[in-house]
Amino acid sequence: KFSEEFIKKQVEEFNIGKRHLANMMGEDPETFTQGDINRSIAYLFPSGLFDKKAKPLMKHPDEVFPKQRAVQWGADGRPFHFLFYTGKQSYYSLMHVSTGRWLLKEELEELLVETISEHDYARFIQLMERLLSLPYCSVEEDFVQRYRRQLEIQSSKQQVQPLQYDQHGVAYSTGDGRRKTATGTVLLRDSGSGSISINGTNYVHYFPVLQDREQLMFPLHFMEVLGRFDMQCSVSGGGHSSQAGALRLAISRAMLSFLSEGQVETMRQAGLLTPDPRIKERKKPGQEGARRKFTWKKR
Amino acid sequence: MLVLTLTGCVDGVKGSGKTMSLCHAVHYCSKQGWLVLHIPDAHLWVKNCKELLPSSYHASRFDQPIQASNWLRNFRTTNEHFLSKIKLRQRYVWTKRESTEEGRPLGELVDMGVSRVKSSSDVVGAVLKELRLQAGGTEGGFRLAVAVDGVNGLWGRTTLKKEDKSPVAPEELTLVHNLRKMINNDWCGGAVIATLSQTGSLYAPSSAYLPQELLGEEGFDSMDPFIPVPVSLYSEKEFESCYLYYLDRHWLQHPHSQTEEGKKELIFLSNRNPSVLERLCAFL
Repeated sequence: KFSEEFIKKQVEEFNIGKRHLANMMGEDPETFTQGDINRSIAYLFPSGLFDKKAKPLMKHPDEVFPKQRAVQWGADGRPFHFLFYTGKQSYYSLMHVSTGRWLLKEELEELLVETISEHDYARFIQLMERLLSLPYCSVEEDFVQRYRRQLEIQSSKQQVQPLQYDQHGVAYSTGDGRRKTATGTVLLRDSGSGSISINGTNYVHYFPVLQDREQLMFPLHFMEVLGRFDMQCSVSGGGHSSQAGALRLAISRAMLSFLSEGQVETMRQAGLLTPDPRIKERKKPGQEGARRKFTWKKR
Repeated sequence: MLVLTLTGCVDGVKGSGKTMSLCHAVHYCSKQGWLVLHIPDAHLWVKNCKELLPSSYHASRFDQPIQASNWLRNFRTTNEHFLSKIKLRQRYVWTKRESTEEGRPLGELVDMGVSRVKSSSDVVGAVLKELRLQAGGTEGGFRLAVAVDGVNGLWGRTTLKKEDKSPVAPEELTLVHNLRKMINNDWCGGAVIATLSQTGSLYAPSSAYLPQELLGEEGFDSMDPFIPVPVSLYSEKEFESCYLYYLDRHWLQHPHSQTEEGKKELIFLSNRNPSVLERLCAFL
């Protein structure tokens, strides 16, 4: 409601006004306190009202304007904090603070060299949580830490295949991808001119729709290697959209062997390496489709 | 006499610029002062015809009045100044009362064809015959350029049917018959430029682009000998000039398209195909 620039302007105006007021009252502008301001205002604008809050006041804008949060989202509308959509992001992030995790059942069995049932494990976790909740639990911190492990931060566990070189010394790599009954394989060759052939035909003729070609372009454009590779793809099954998605996955997987670790991580975060798990939902009996019910007749 | 055919090549079957190159050639010819006989699309004469009249001149042939009169109108506007110069060498009789004498200017013939729609196809035949006779002539001779787009439509099949539902062969249409005579190699003093197009052709597979496939045996024999000119996709320089033209005309509005990266994206998405690039860069 009040933007940052507005509040800054108000602060400046307040300071200038304070000095003007000091000048008017004949006081020294440097040592003019809030108490002096209140007295001067009461002197200059006497009011016969009884309610203290209705009388004229001059206070620092921080006390006048209510505190509000800065804008939570960037220029593209995407929120900064990952818990934004819970509504109370600061509260839930506080709740969510975790320094690590408890030992898993298998790990506990390994440690104690004994078989443990589920109920035993649940009771163990319960007791450890209770121990943590008591005051002075920091006394037994060493004992508790033995049964906690740190969370693994980096979760990019991709198997990157090494580059293969063919007769002329040109580096190439393969990749395959699947999306919704369409499977595609891609042979990526380095030092090419950016030509793509799919099942023997040109990609402009195979994918007349712009959207499919954009899907193909996405991994290359993201890594800014548009004109570098030559591609030979083969694809079968599915429709044109799913074939394009399958090829996109295959291209990203093939490109992994040409890229460095950091770039692999950016690709993973962009979602280029995750296979799309959506498939056609099963049709249920008593309904016309997966979700659509038969027409409801009142009588 | 020169016969050129513009064909698509492997990469650019559709949309590689065959018709545009033909138009370039036509413009050049007309700038040089040639008489241009331009048929925008031969496929239009061979399909979707509403009216088929049996020809008065020849019993077994069929007339197409609408197409013929349209073409005569276009012919009149394109070759204005030739119409008064060329004189007819023969007397043409249309009906018992109508006839055009020898020595009358061609323009009169064309006007008659436009106004009397019933005999417009025969007028077209007469015009073509006259031009063929006079093209190589030494006195007041002019050069004739015949530009046909989609010439493979003249030798394929038609979608038209006679009244008893039997299919019409292309030879049975007056317009096609006369046009074939023009493409034959028996006159001099001009050139024939043709394009083979799969887009409008009937009963041809979509991957066909070679002359043999599209023209068929008959067509190939009658076009022989001809010089095939493959029209390929944009080269580097051509793409560059097209891109700069679009920039100049403010078709590429987005600031990203003016960068190097945007250009690379355009190259990728269109694969240097002219028609695809145009559809990409156009608005709405």
